Amino acid sequence: MAPLPTFSRRVVLQGAGAIMVSFSLRSLPAGAEEAAPSKLPGSLAVDPHLDAWIRIAPDGGVTVFTGKAELGQGIGTALLQIAAEELGVPVERLTLVTADTGRTANEGYTAGSHSIQDSGGAIRNAAAQLRELLITEAARRLGLPSDQLRAERGKVTAPDGQELPYAELAAGVDMHVAARPRSVFRDPGSFTIMNTPMRRIDIPAKVTGGAAYVQDLRLPDMLHARIVRPPSYRAALKSVDLDAADKMAGVVKVFRDGNFLAVVAEREFQAVKAMRTLAASAEWDETAILPAAGRLADAITALPSRDLYILDRHDGTGQAARTLEATFTRPYQSHGSIGPSCAVAQAVDGSLTVWTHTQGVYPDRAAIAEMLHLPLDKVRCIHVPGSGCYGHNGADDAAADAALIAMAMPGRPVRVQWMREQEHAWEPFGPAMVTKVSASLDAAGRIADWRYEVWSNTHSMRPGAAGSLLAAQHKAESFPVPAAKPLPLPEGGGDRNAIPLYVLPNAAVTYHFLPDMPVRISAMRSLGAYMNIFSIESFMDELAGAAGIDPVTFRLNHLDDARARDVIRLAADRFGWADRGKVVAGRGFGFAFARYKNLAAYCAVAMEIESDTGRVRIKRVVSAVDAGQTVNPDGIRNQIEGAILQSASWTLYESVTFDATRITSVDWATYPILRFRDVPDSVEVHIIDRPGQPFLGAGEAGQGPAAAAVANAIADATGLRLRDLPLNAQKLRKQLREGL
Amino acid sequence: MNRRFTVLRLFACLIVLLGIAIGVVAALAWYSPITPIDRMPADRFDARLIRQGADLAALGDCDTCHTAPNGRSFVGGLPVPTPFGTIYSTNITPDPETGIGRWSEAAFRRALRQGVDREGRQLYPAFPYDHFTRLTDDDVTALYAYLMTRTPVRASAPPNALPFPLNHRFVVAGWKLLFFNPGTYRPDPAHDAAWNRGAYLVEGIGHCGACHTPRNALGAEKSSRFFAGGEAEGWTAFPINAAAASPVPWNADSLYAYLRQGWHGLHGVAEGPMAPVSADLAGASDGDVRSIAAYVASIIGETAPADRPEGRTLAAMTRPFGTGAKPQSAGSQAAAAPAVVGDGAGATIYAGACAGCHESGRPVPYGGTDLSLSTALNGSTPRNLINILFEGIPAADGARAPIMPDFGAVLTDTQLADLARFLRAKFTDKLAWTEIDAAVRQARSRRATAEASTSAAAGNP
Amino acid sequence: MMDLTVNGTTHAIDADPDTPLLYVLRDHLGLNAAKFGCGLGQCGACTVMVDDRAVLSCVVPIALLAGRRVTTLEGLGTLDQPAPIQQAFIEEQAAQCGYCIAGMMMRAQALLQATPQASDADIRHALEPHLCRCGTHMRILKAVHRAAALMRAHDPVRGAL
Repeated sequence: MAPLPTFSRRVVLQGAGAIMVSFSLRSLPAGAEEAAPSKLPGSLAVDPHLDAWIRIAPDGGVTVFTGKAELGQGIGTALLQIAAEELGVPVERLTLVTADTGRTANEGYTAGSHSIQDSGGAIRNAAAQLRELLITEAARRLGLPSDQLRAERGKVTAPDGQELPYAELAAGVDMHVAARPRSVFRDPGSFTIMNTPMRRIDIPAKVTGGAAYVQDLRLPDMLHARIVRPPSYRAALKSVDLDAADKMAGVVKVFRDGNFLAVVAEREFQAVKAMRTLAASAEWDETAILPAAGRLADAITALPSRDLYILDRHDGTGQAARTLEATFTRPYQSHGSIGPSCAVAQAVDGSLTVWTHTQGVYPDRAAIAEMLHLPLDKVRCIHVPGSGCYGHNGADDAAADAALIAMAMPGRPVRVQWMREQEHAWEPFGPAMVTKVSASLDAAGRIADWRYEVWSNTHSMRPGAAGSLLAAQHKAESFPVPAAKPLPLPEGGGDRNAIPLYVLPNAAVTYHFLPDMPVRISAMRSLGAYMNIFSIESFMDELAGAAGIDPVTFRLNHLDDARARDVIRLAADRFGWADRGKVVAGRGFGFAFARYKNLAAYCAVAMEIESDTGRVRIKRVVSAVDAGQTVNPDGIRNQIEGAILQSASWTLYESVTFDATRITSVDWATYPILRFRDVPDSVEVHIIDRPGQPFLGAGEAGQGPAAAAVANAIADATGLRLRDLPLNAQKLRKQLREGL
Repeated sequence: MNRRFTVLRLFACLIVLLGIAIGVVAALAWYSPITPIDRMPADRFDARLIRQGADLAALGDCDTCHTAPNGRSFVGGLPVPTPFGTIYSTNITPDPETGIGRWSEAAFRRALRQGVDREGRQLYPAFPYDHFTRLTDDDVTALYAYLMTRTPVRASAPPNALPFPLNHRFVVAGWKLLFFNPGTYRPDPAHDAAWNRGAYLVEGIGHCGACHTPRNALGAEKSSRFFAGGEAEGWTAFPINAAAASPVPWNADSLYAYLRQGWHGLHGVAEGPMAPVSADLAGASDGDVRSIAAYVASIIGETAPADRPEGRTLAAMTRPFGTGAKPQSAGSQAAAAPAVVGDGAGATIYAGACAGCHESGRPVPYGGTDLSLSTALNGSTPRNLINILFEGIPAADGARAPIMPDFGAVLTDTQLADLARFLRAKFTDKLAWTEIDAAVRQARSRRATAEASTSAAAGNP
Repeated sequence: MMDLTVNGTTHAIDADPDTPLLYVLRDHLGLNAAKFGCGLGQCGACTVMVDDRAVLSCVVPIALLAGRRVTTLEGLGTLDQPAPIQQAFIEEQAAQCGYCIAGMMMRAQALLQATPQASDADIRHALEPHLCRCGTHMRILKAVHRAAALMRAHDPVRGAL
């Protein structure tokens, strides 16, 4: 790989400094929550004022504001690239402020691969319009027409060489103006910052022991708290000995509010020891309410459902010659953050500040305020990065834990960190799902009709309401869990990507939305798309096999979207799909494709695996992705590589386990994930840049295709079609034997 | 094994072999080469036969010896330490030059049945043909089909490091004359088919006795002390006959679960050379593993009630299975810090490093083994305990299984010894071990050797 | 009270002897790199070096460490003067969320100090106790290879061994 351009030390420090700045307490800027006009691009609809997104200080320093959060996906760097390019300022001069209810616009959740589309869109438009304002001001001062002036490297330059720095011009520009719906963007052909691989601003601190995470936040006089969670979902505290823990060294407080138990100590390990002592003394009444794990698919499809007929298309053509059908299942799966959730909260004079790695500072604030009966303006939530979350993990719950305890310890900051088993047992899992598909082929090997059904809970129980927080559920004044709602299409939740992108003249798709949630669930990276793409793309291979057509050709035969065809061809080409050779025993090739949400990035994955005795090892992966206009190509590659490996882990190994009462997968011994011995020999990501096209979110584009590529490669290698996730060695061996 | 004893063995070996070798062996040692064949294409083999072979390869744990550390399956190159020197496993992929690609099935059969390679050379009994000779024709054919359809890899094993005269293969013929009893398994009509299936697998492809039966001075299994316990690669292979040392008696069910998943709550975790055995048995057929378990259970036999408390009674006295049992859920993964557990450095180390998991009150894999149930702690030598402390229990390959961190890097030799002494005294009613310091030194030196061989291999690409 | 030597400095630590090293590093000494991941020795996020060997600090009580040398990622290099392993991870952009990375780097550092010519198989084997959830594995492997090359360049004599 060619060396990437390097950030100067100054920017590195500013990157790290941005965290420090956001730790300081400042009041809300006026107008941050005014009603927004519609029709503005990206998140400008949330806050149309240019200075909500970018401000130029008198010293020429530029601050970029985003309501989105850096989750390790590298959006901080990409957003700065966008702002620097459109504004015409070296990246080194930019400082980024991320999600903070005290400082940034309300951009909701950082989720769904939306950040570059929404926040990037707002910042790009704001930067472009600010640049126009600076040029207009320069034109006024110089008495020259605007179209003769160039805005680059932090200054406006006239044809005769006269220069006016932005710092000087900014004084004469009112930046608190509403954005116009349309902007004049720079020509992609002239890009010098966007579409070039840029080193991430957050990595230097992360590899030198800098304070990079909320876990590293140490405020003066800070206390350490640990929670004692109930052993199971509806457990009620029968009895507990608070005194024993209270008497332990360093313990400042033993806290009980209903079923919510916590200890607070001066030192962190003192809190851990007190927690263990408190936990050992707690007696709980438990209720066996969990579904039968051995027959999970039956339990899921037996839940009451609201049926949503999301596609019903018939043109009367197509003569079915042969019909195939199949059922696919997915277990509950865990986000599995490596760092258990953590938060710091401090109550001062009735106002509460919470430092949290939540994906949504505004919704989290609303939920915490409701739980504590505080007005919204008395609660401030500041995002500080945590360990990767991949969706709604324990972050919001930890924030609520810290908030509840901090209110009882006025003045002193309280840091809560969950233990490993608490994260594993109490985080909201990715929902279990079942899909059924049947389709007919005509005599020519085309799909004559297609019927698809998916059973799933919602894929978001994120806060907004207090009842979505564990602390609010467990405290004596218990808030009820809010009713689940299906997420609307076109993005969808359980039905995300349930409608194939393929040309299917006769197709029906039904979403059986399941309001009852026997297991705590919420959003996990790519939501239902992972399972729907796994199902659809597995089944496409089954159909291709039945038709006797190469799987890549079969897909192309059913696609008229030119960009979809391009990524498929590129992945197949770079993989050497056509020349992949005849099958050697135990070796197989798999291919899969999807356009995430049918409206974000396109991604195709080709894969070679080895499976001798049931154990599957991925050898080589080649993928192609079209994310529209590229911002940071290295960032996209990193995201797609990660998506493929994470999905391989979900697909090959992972399932939450439980008995009738309790979650039993509580650590990495009982919830195994990918380790280095199973990491592929190589993973390639090829990007198709689309200059001038809209940004397409790419962070979750790889999960679905990677999963189906694994299944298709296993089928190619062994002749066995596995449809029940995870596709682990145990199942493969069982099928291999039964296939005898 | 101390050096003096090894020298004595070698000396004994020399005398015996010299006597025999001169007259008889020359004639016995000679076998004709078997004509090489062109490599058989993979599609020549029946898929059903290949799967049968895959099952046998799993039951025989072939890939463990025929795979170098961090190497590819069946490529060989693993150094196998024996009391007589180091033997390197060979490449059994179908590579024509360096593997068995040019071996006919007849040549393969001769190697398994008679311990002679395609070219007619004697094979050292580190390759357990004294067991594989029991295989049926059909199973040999299946194993051949499986191995000939693996990915061929070109790689030669390093030369064996054996002293004279053992470096001359004809001496093996003398060894065979004394100890080798060829012939397929003969079912015992006194037992049913399942027992006989188990016996066939254990005596034949499974070659359990290779580790679990003690060997004589010339490295042959002592048939009179069948399954009385042996050793392998610096580990003690515990007795699996009436002398089995586990506090709770084994039975067919617990053996089955242990062999299948690599751990059992009432016994502990398969470690050292046993770990890959159970990992492979996870992929074997259910019926075969049950047969193996039933057969081994019959060898262990009913334990005299006077010897040990009833298994259930003992289990009920432990944390994970007794009244202190904790649910495997949030809030009680690690145990509350134990009150004072005893005096001395060992007690302090135990309290700080071990008790959190081992006193969690939860059965494996949700918590650590209750140490009063551990076979390693109750066994006759401290070697396995020391080895586990050194190496830990690595995560299984994508499967639910216990994990234990290794402490070899952080504990000093003195700390390891203190801890071992403390654990033996606290959790068993057995006599104190006498050879702890030696076991620690051996484990430390084995680890250093393993690391040096990694460096050496890396330095010589 | 006990003396603990971390990154070349000896500190008087006021903590119970059963306190795991990790909590002392983070809470008493204010160091960030070693992370709490599981507290059970299952994930590798807390890895530091004790006398040049990689050790899981979450399961090592400080009572064991009298007279030993503890090294954390902070002790290898700084933003201004990154160590080869740090430079390599920056150059390969080998992080997503980065939470697991400090532990991985310490394991790699210990490996490369002992085995400058570590093969790809050696590196994968050494990293086996470490979990990464973002799927950054390919870059981590590349970064360790790059670090090995940088370290050999810094120390050609040892590197040629």
